[in-house]
Amino acid sequence: MRKIAIYGKGGIGKSTTTQNTVAGLAEMGKKVMVVGCDPKADSTRLLLHGLAQKTVLDTLRDEGEDIDLDDVMKQGFGNTNCVESGGPEPGVGCAGRGIITSINLLEQLGAYDDDKHLDYVFYDVLGDVVCGGFAMPIRDGKAQEVYIVCSGEMMAMYAANNICKSIAKFGKVGTVRLGGLICNSRKVDNEANMIEEFAKKLGTQMIHFVPRDNMVQHAEINRKTVIDHAPTHAQADEYRALAKKINDNQMFVIPTPLAMQELEDLLIGFGIMN
Amino acid sequence: MLLRHTTAKEIDRKALTINPAKTCQPIGAMYAALGFHGCLPHSHGSQGCCAYHRSALSRHFREPIMAGTSSFSEGSSVFGGQANLVQAIDTMFTVYNPEVIAVHTTCLSETIGDDMLAIISKADEDGCIPKGKSVIYCNTPSYVGTHVTGYSNMVTSFVKNFATATPKKRNVINLVAGWMEPSDMAEIKRLAKVMEARTLMFPDMTGVLDAPLDGHYKMYPKGGTTLEEMKLSGDSKFTIGLGPMTTEAACIQMDNKCKVKFEVIDIPIGFKATDRFLMSLSRHANVPIPEELSDERGQLIDLISDSARHLYGKRVALWGDPDTLVPLTEFLVSMDMKPVYIVSGTASKYFDEKMPVILKDIPEAKFMCGERADMFRMHQWIKQEGVDLLIGNTYGKYIARDEDTPFVRFGFPIADRPGHNYFPKTGYKGAANLLTQMVDAMLDKFDRVCDEEKVEFQM
Repeated sequence: MRKIAIYGKGGIGKSTTTQNTVAGLAEMGKKVMVVGCDPKADSTRLLLHGLAQKTVLDTLRDEGEDIDLDDVMKQGFGNTNCVESGGPEPGVGCAGRGIITSINLLEQLGAYDDDKHLDYVFYDVLGDVVCGGFAMPIRDGKAQEVYIVCSGEMMAMYAANNICKSIAKFGKVGTVRLGGLICNSRKVDNEANMIEEFAKKLGTQMIHFVPRDNMVQHAEINRKTVIDHAPTHAQADEYRALAKKINDNQMFVIPTPLAMQELEDLLIGFGIMN
Repeated sequence: MLLRHTTAKEIDRKALTINPAKTCQPIGAMYAALGFHGCLPHSHGSQGCCAYHRSALSRHFREPIMAGTSSFSEGSSVFGGQANLVQAIDTMFTVYNPEVIAVHTTCLSETIGDDMLAIISKADEDGCIPKGKSVIYCNTPSYVGTHVTGYSNMVTSFVKNFATATPKKRNVINLVAGWMEPSDMAEIKRLAKVMEARTLMFPDMTGVLDAPLDGHYKMYPKGGTTLEEMKLSGDSKFTIGLGPMTTEAACIQMDNKCKVKFEVIDIPIGFKATDRFLMSLSRHANVPIPEELSDERGQLIDLISDSARHLYGKRVALWGDPDTLVPLTEFLVSMDMKPVYIVSGTASKYFDEKMPVILKDIPEAKFMCGERADMFRMHQWIKQEGVDLLIGNTYGKYIARDEDTPFVRFGFPIADRPGHNYFPKTGYKGAANLLTQMVDAMLDKFDRVCDEEKVEFQM
């Protein structure tokens, strides 16, 4: 079983990319579980065709610790197992603690057990690694691989660099490694080259360049992944390609995060080239 | 040897604290809240916090300490403690009917960032707070400050929530009591009464934590500053804070809110600090110091001079809180004793400023406050060169035993000897009481261990 965590700046397209990639893996015949680690609980919407399930933490709150796995795990597209941790309403409580609670509970409930025959577990984690709770998926040998979704925009790269800092930290004592950057294009000039260079400096690779295509929005409006909604569209093939690259990936590194100046120089360098 | 691993050699420590000379904020907040009549303290956090704080106070006062808890579970840590606190407020008013619930936070509720004001407003909106009753709060994260900070925060919160200024000023002096025993507060009130000064003390643990055993359990003993008095405190003409670390914030709050000017002085321990208290009260209440008190002072001076040969040059080690250590050290120095080692786990500018002045003629004195000023360090100093007397809370008993040093219990907590809540250490009488205990402890040891030919009937 490969355990993969997807990180990246808020709004960069982590959930969309994750679910489309998972759809690709499912299509390849892999058994995948997706654990949404976002209080908004929208990490499995496309696989489940809507916000269809009760979160782990809502269930914990309503029913106490006596929870059945079936209460919180639903089958989505291609027989994927879908779980949402959920969390408190905005501005209250501790979402970080929520992720810790939720992942511990899933382990107790046997969501990862051998009888589930999982090939992959994907953790879709919100935004930056702002506190210990959001680092939970990459601690204690949980996820071993991390992919960072980014684009050629300054803040997305800055966030990716920050995430690399926490991977570098946890990688020293644990087994977590960076598998690569997924460039979710924002049509920034010279984007692919810049992210490739950025990845190189981090000691990793740009595993795939996902071009921007409106089909993704169409599929989302229909609460589906692209592979589900328009299997023959070119964008579906992009996600299939990404799924295959992740499946075949052999490059796992402890990243070397950049100093702020280095990062800015990179941006200026590629900006001026145009 | 209970503490046989303590070495004389000190190693510079950057992070480690061993046997800290402090405890955590909520204990102070809980203790302060008990000084208000009809108040039920409430701990907003997990049950363990509340249980520990209650037991720490119970062990010291040997009285039942009542307090509620929000009983945080895993769910409350994630979703916030609002649901639990609202329910707790409802339950407490329904079942225990306090006048006021004084909520303090804990590390957990602070870290998840519970908005206390919003939660209490919600409880009010939901009709959980009966008319005429109140719920107040203060923030007491234990990773900031110590029990002293918690005490100060709770007293300040009472001022903030209740003190009210009306156009009708009263010829009354507020006495803000710093962290001391109910007996110490009773003695201060007695002094004010003898002077015929009109005073209003808050918080006031007399009649609460020294309540008589009469066969009837009272959830809310008859003592404590009433909320009515707390409201009136805003109309007093002046405030005297006793103990800067525990009362200055409340005094400033009172000044800001009700324009009552203030002076913060030392807790009256020893004759000099008692002199200053009486003079301050005399000046601000505009009353003379009567002969009765001059006589009490004279008796103390007589006792000191009678005991001088037992006190002179005696080396003393002290630990506790800045507010009591500063006047206590001054008292010892004024009797020609040598307070050579002083530690307080509470970081304090007051301590750092006052101690060098008080100890200027004792070059060998070592004193330190803050995180690294712990009981281990004090013991190391004692190992380097011994002392004749120890003064501090029960945590010193292991050192006293290992080093065979006379030990007078003073401060918080005292969990192994009774009586501290009945016999004051403040005022001239309290100083006499303290002096007697010190001399007794030292002479008891002398009589026990001296050569037989040195045993004297008259000492």
